[in-house]
This record gives sequence, C-alpha cells and structure tokens, in this order.
Amino acid sequence: MSQKINHKQWSLQQKSKLRWVRGTHFGEIYNVVVAHKPDKGGHLPTKLTHFSFLFTHHCPHLKGKKDRVFMQIGLLGGGGLFTMSSSEESYSYPDESDLELGLGLSLGGGKTKTKTKHLVAAGGGGSWDHYARILTAKDFAGVVSDKTSSSSSSSSSSSSITKVNTSGTKRTAESPCSPPGRSAIRFSYGSSQVVGWPPVRTYRMISMSNQVKSPVTEQLFSIDDKCKSKNADTPNPNHGSCKNNNISKENGFAKTSLFVKVNIDGVAIGRKVDLNAHTCYEALSRALDDMFMPSASVGGRGSNMEKQSSVAGKRQPVRFHDGSSDFVLTYEDKDGDWMLVGDVPWEIFLSSVRRLRIMRTTDAKGLAPGSQERNRRRPVTPL
Amino acid sequence: MAYSFPEEVLEHVFSFLSSDRDRNAVSLVCKSWYDIERWCRRRIFVGNCYAVSPEMVIRRFPELRAVEMKGKPHFADFNLVPEGWGAYAYPWIAAMAEAYPFLEEIKLKRMVVTDDTLELISKSCKNFKLLVLTSCEGFTTDGLASIAANCRHLRELDLRESEVEELSGHWLSHFPDSCTSLVSLNISCLGSEVSFSILERLVARSPNLRTLRLNRAVPLERLANLIRRAPQLVELGTGAYSAEIRSDTFSNLADAFSACKQLKALSGFWDVVPSYLPAMYSVCSGITSLNLSYAAIPSTDLVKLISQCQNLQRLWVMDYIEDSGLDVLAASCKDLQELRVFPSDPFGAEPNVSLTEQGLVSVSEGCPKLESVLYFCRQMSNAALIAIAKNRPNFIRFRLCIIDPQAPDYLTLEPLDAGFGAIVEKCKELRRLSMTGLLTDRVFKYIGSHAKKLEMLSIAFAGDSDLGLHHVLSGCDSLRKLEIRDCPFGDKALLANAAKLETMRSLWMSSCSVSFGACKLLAQKMPRLNVEVIDERGPPDSRPESCSVERVYVYRTVASRQRLDMPDFVWTLDEDSSLRYS
Repeated sequence: MSQKINHKQWSLQQKSKLRWVRGTHFGEIYNVVVAHKPDKGGHLPTKLTHFSFLFTHHCPHLKGKKDRVFMQIGLLGGGGLFTMSSSEESYSYPDESDLELGLGLSLGGGKTKTKTKHLVAAGGGGSWDHYARILTAKDFAGVVSDKTSSSSSSSSSSSSITKVNTSGTKRTAESPCSPPGRSAIRFSYGSSQVVGWPPVRTYRMISMSNQVKSPVTEQLFSIDDKCKSKNADTPNPNHGSCKNNNISKENGFAKTSLFVKVNIDGVAIGRKVDLNAHTCYEALSRALDDMFMPSASVGGRGSNMEKQSSVAGKRQPVRFHDGSSDFVLTYEDKDGDWMLVGDVPWEIFLSSVRRLRIMRTTDAKGLAPGSQERNRRRPVTPL
Repeated sequence: MAYSFPEEVLEHVFSFLSSDRDRNAVSLVCKSWYDIERWCRRRIFVGNCYAVSPEMVIRRFPELRAVEMKGKPHFADFNLVPEGWGAYAYPWIAAMAEAYPFLEEIKLKRMVVTDDTLELISKSCKNFKLLVLTSCEGFTTDGLASIAANCRHLRELDLRESEVEELSGHWLSHFPDSCTSLVSLNISCLGSEVSFSILERLVARSPNLRTLRLNRAVPLERLANLIRRAPQLVELGTGAYSAEIRSDTFSNLADAFSACKQLKALSGFWDVVPSYLPAMYSVCSGITSLNLSYAAIPSTDLVKLISQCQNLQRLWVMDYIEDSGLDVLAASCKDLQELRVFPSDPFGAEPNVSLTEQGLVSVSEGCPKLESVLYFCRQMSNAALIAIAKNRPNFIRFRLCIIDPQAPDYLTLEPLDAGFGAIVEKCKELRRLSMTGLLTDRVFKYIGSHAKKLEMLSIAFAGDSDLGLHHVLSGCDSLRKLEIRDCPFGDKALLANAAKLETMRSLWMSSCSVSFGACKLLAQKMPRLNVEVIDERGPPDSRPESCSVERVYVYRTVASRQRLDMPDFVWTLDEDSSLRYS
C-alpha cells in the first residue's frame, strides 16, 4: 500500500497511549534504525543493526521513559509484511508517558511510486537508493532538536510517513521471551499477504486463482484503462522484473492468487506458495528460500544488512539454480511430468505448473534433459 | 404422580418441539421430563466437538437420528489455526456408528474427516440419508466412493467447500443404478472432472433431485443436457460458464433454462463469458438466491442480470459490481435480505474497481428488508456507517472488512468508533458483528453498552488496552463466540471476566498480549473451561510466565480437559495444576 497518511493526525490520535504501530507493506526489510531522543543524561541507546532485535532487546529501554522512537525502515518495494507492537503489559504506561512511535519509510530504489522525504534526509542520507545504512545519533541530532516544542512530535517527520498497513504476524511483546532466531517479523512467503488477512477463505482464493481468463472479456472491462493509467510506471511484469507486483493486468482482470503446494525432500509437511505474487523465477526462488531455509535467510539477512549493497542476486542464502545448493527446484506440470523450474518462460510456467517440489540435487538427475548441466550453470536470469 | 400424563402423551407433545433450546428447556423441568425428552430426542447440535464427549452424548440420547457438529474455530478459515490442531471426526463417528445403527444424518463443519470415517458411516448406518461436509478436509474421492456405493437410501451429499484429495473422478460411478433417491448433490468443491455420462445418468434417474451443484470442470456445453434431465431443480450450481460464442450452444442453454420453472437459486459461474448470461434471463424473475461470488463479470453485465431478478433475497457477488451496480440493486431488488460483496483483488495495493462505502449506503437505503451484510471495501467513514445504521436498524448480521485493517475514517482520519457505535446502538437485534478499521477502546464501550443481543463478535487490529476487552466481556449479555486477533488485550480483562467465559461457547485470541501465567491461572480458576495454549515456539514453560502466548483458545467443556488428540503445539493445564503437553 503506498498511500500517504497525514502523519500528524495519526500521531495525535496515538499520542498519549500509543499501543500499536502499523506495519508497512514492503518487500524486504534490509535495515531498521531506531533513534531515541536523548534522555536527561544525554545518552542514546546503542544503534540497532538488526530489526529482529528491535523488540527483543530494545524494548526495556522504552519502559516508562518519555522517549520518542523513530523507526526507519528501508524497503525495496514488493511485498513482505511485518508488524511491530508495544503492549501495555510490557511498557506499563503511566499516564505521563508520552511515547510516540513514528514510522518513517524510505523507499529504496525508486521502485514504487511513493515519494517520501526521508527522515534520514535530515541527516544527509541521500543514498538510500540501493542500500540502507545505519543511522546514528548524529543523523538525528538536527531532527531531534527540532521537536522539543511540537506536541505532535513526529510532525517534522510527517513527510516520511506513508500509508502503513498492519500485518498480523507474530509479535513478541516481552523482549526476553522470543528466542533469537524467532524475530518479531514474520515474512509470509515473499508475497504481500499477511497471515490470514484480508479474511478471505483459502477455498475462495484457490477457486478464484484457478479460473481461466476468458479471451472474450478483454475489451469488456472499463477499469482496464483506469488501472493501466494508475500503474503506468509499474514495471511490465512480463519482463520479469523482480518487483513483486500483485496486480498484473491480464485480460483486464486483476490477478488473484495461484497457490500451489510445495514440498521439500525430507520434510513431511508441505507448504503453499502463491505463484501470482511473483513475477519471475528470481522472486519465487527468494520466497522459497525464506520459506524453507529460514535460518539461512533471516540470519544471513541479519548479519549482512549493513553489507548488503543490492537486492538481487547477492544474497547469501541458498539458491536453487546455480548449483551452489544441495537442492533443486522442480515442478509437476499439467501432464504429470516433473520438470526443472526455470526452463520455460515464466508465463508458460504459470499456466502449466501444478505443484512444486524441492528435490535433493542427487535425486534430480533424471529430470528434463540438460538438467545436470543446468545445475552447473549461472543462476537463472529473469526472462 | 397420579395426575401426571402418561409418558406417551408427553412424548407426543415433545415431538412438536424442534428447536434445541425448547428441548433443553423442557428437559430441565423435572427428572421425568428430562428422561422422557432424552429418549425421544432425534437431532442434536454440538457447537464444539470438544465441549462434550461422544460417550456422554450417547449415554444421554440413546435414539438419535441426526447429528450436527462443528470442529475448528472460525479463524481456522484464515489459516490462523495450525494444521493438525484437532477436530477429528473419527472418534465421534466410531462411537455413534455403534450406538446408532439407525443414524440418518451427519453434518460436520470444519472437521477432519478421513476415508475410514466415511467408509464406517456407509457400512454401519443402513438407513443413512444425508451427509453435509462444510469446510472439512482429510478425505479423498475413495471415501466418497464408499458413500456412493453403500448408502442405498442416500438423499443428500453436500461437500460444501471441503478440501478433497481427488484420486479419480470415477467415484461417481459407484452410485448403483438402483439409487434413485438423490435429492441434493453438491460437488462444487471438486477440481477434477467427473464422467459426464455418469453424471447425466445419475441426474436422469433421480426424479427427486432438487439441488445440483456442479463443479468447475463441467463445461457449459454440457450444462444444457444436465438441466434438461432435471427440470424440477430448485437450486442449480453451474460449472464453468464459458464457451465459444455460438448461437446453438446459446439457444440450447436458454431452452433448457426456460424449462426449469421451479428454479430459485443459482450459483457456480466460474470463468463467466457474459454473453451467455442472457440464457438465464427466463428464470430470473423466480430467483431468490444468486451466488456470483466466483464470477468475474463486469458491472454492466451484472446490472443487466440483477435488474431482472426482482425477487432476489440473497446476493453474493464480487466487487466488480461497483457502487453503480449496487445502486441498481437497491433500486430493483426490494426483497433483498442478504448481501455479500467479496474482493476480487484482496492483495492489490490499489483498488481495481470503483466500489466504496457508497454502495453499501445505497443498498441500506433502498432495501428495507436487508438484515445481513458481508462487505469488503477499501474505505469507510463514520458518516457512512451512521447513515447505514439509521437506514437499516433491522440488521442481524453486519460484517465489514476494510482491506487495510487499521484504516481510519478516510474523510476525517478519525477512528471508526462512532460509526460502529451507531451500528450497535441502532441495530438492536444485531447478533453478529465483525469490525475492521482504526478502532479504539471507545468502540468496545459502545458495544458493551448497546449490543445486548450480540452473539458473535470478530475483532482484528483494534483497541488500545484491556479495557476494550473488558467492556465486551462484561457488557455483551448474549455473547457466545468471541474471536480476536492482533489486539492489545491481555491478562487483566480475561481474568476479571473468567466467569463470563463459561457462559460462552468459545473465545479465541491470537497475537494478543495474553501471558502464559494468565492462561494457567484461568485454567486453575475455572475447572470447566479448557484453556488451550496453541504455540509453535516450544513449551510455554521454557519461557517466562509473563511471555505472551501466540494463541489461546478457551472453551467450556464437560468433557475431559486433556483431549487425547492434542498435537505437540497445544498445551492445556493438567488436573494437578502442572503443565501437561503431549
């Protein structure tokens, strides 16, 4: 979601008893910064480098204090969701507490339409484009000192607030309770969905997604034009840009979900993934990484946050296609044959895939011709 | 007593009581009435399969013919209940198959049903007539084959929205040629093809068939033939409603429809080609229920269709209808009682259709009998909700879902407290409410003070503090089911209102701030509540007691609190106050 909200209004509502911060809809969190107004002793907490530690380690600092917390989330567009919260229980708000949570979004890479002035702009962080850097107290010095009188303390950062969308993911209100690997974030599999939100029954989503779009209906939809103009600067999904674009206009209808089962060798219980939430094999591969190799991806992401300099292709987590991993991604097509994912154009893959299986490379030898060779090739490039 | 009626007379009198409430009331009058009533009760409804045990039911009601039961909590529909949580039908069916050889009807909702279960039913209950499985899972087409093959007097087989593993389409052929008793067949949830000739023959030899709901795999070209064999149909669910545009297909279909003089309900309509919709026009004036919720039909065609259905009472449609279409609905369908508008693109960042709060306002204004609404939209305002409440104080069910769950009033940016407050204040008969949007504790105060007939409340991403929950639990006298997700509600309200929970069927709280310590305390305090901590992070006592649990499901029960089928992520309190988990 990329509508702006009037942050001043929002924070006025939330001013005295902030309980929830709305999460935001974005692709991948690559950095989070929390800044505090210095306390009486002029001390600032140590900078955060890992979002997942936000509530597990830093919440105690907020307890009972008159603090202003800003969170800067760098994002890259597309769709993961997270949520942050503070609950009364953990913060024991007395009436005088004046905690405000300002949510600043800086959109990296210009990949979405939303224009925001970044909180970090005050600190001169112009280069959010492809990576985030950790903001330190110095960056906020100017910002923080401006806010002494303003009751809506985040009003000067109002421009940095964009529409936020809550997610219903796991949250841990008490800091020590969440085990390190289990962050306050939970990404759904690379798509823009929150767990169970909106409350549309799975049955309905699957039914909708499996519908064949009738060619006759192409010209019937007047909103086709409306939507086209709205999405004018959305990259053409057919060119496989890795932006997770949930709206791809085919025959004038917005695509809904295409859930298929995914099983990984060695694990009895499978998962489901929405193929329509991705526009290319890269995105799907990343999503599956998140789903099945959480320790590799989250941990990897965490430790690499500062070093990460680009979105695509340089992540450490296991990849499926470049032969560097023990696993290879295969799919069963309409005829019941098992094929290696990545051999056909994305759209054709979508129309023929029935389900996915992540096989051990050793077991995948009998697949479509050239599969072994494929494994040794470079990573699949978007088509 | 000398002046009491003979039992047979009382039994005869009781046979006129069909409502469970009446029968329950009757059985409380005195011991002899309790005894007489229990021997003549034929139907029961168990709202929570874990609230009572099969043995207790069988002991009390030895002569049942029909059982209806529900398993998982409602939020399981949205993947909030992990797989494997429970709600297995087999233990119930196994006990009942033995105790009730004359069992005729089984209706299950959100339960896990296996092929073994189905086979057991089909083989043990010689007189079995009716099977309705709503949102169930765990069985395959083999199970359906045993039902088809063995239930000689089967009247209804209704697989509403269940998840079936489809091993083959041949299960339908297991209906013997001698089976002519079918009244209702609903296979709309099946994905794969069934043999059309078998289906046609089955339909042809079922003169009593009233309800036929096909699945998507039945193409439009076949529909005409099927309908022709069953002109007595009252409810029809089409398959895919698309075909190449050909005049002979069209006229064939139109003719077939026009022969169905009794048709009242239509559904199905996957993959609609709008040019074929006029084939149905001949039946539209008699239609009272129209389910177009899977149909991607542009507003103009929807409007043409709907304006023909003047007697429409129930409409389920996608948001393609847009505000303009709802205006037409409001003008044409004055008998409308229920409206559901589903999102065509629930995950899209931008609205893809022009459907706003205005559509709902129009319908509430134009349709005087409207009492039940489920509406997905992207913006709402207090003004609109207040107008809706004023227009339609006869709402019984009001479920509003704004795609952004914490959206404020888009005009004033205030919370939607006032709007929902108006709804509960004006709609005094409101029984079910689901809310979304930016909501503070204030809205719960309104609900607690006004919503005295409210039975089911669904809350998400709302409220500021425990006070919100407290208002609801202390104020809503008729509350039976409360489901909450992602709200800052915690221990205090829960523990302060512990006794209330025993008057309700169940309480679900996920991603809230209920601590494990509070769950333990609640379970200790209330021995007839089962407090299930559903947490996938490992044993709750490996974390501090003040730690919030992922989910807690509290329900009253007279059965054991240690259900034997708990998976390893569910914890309940052991009777000796220590933690027990499987």
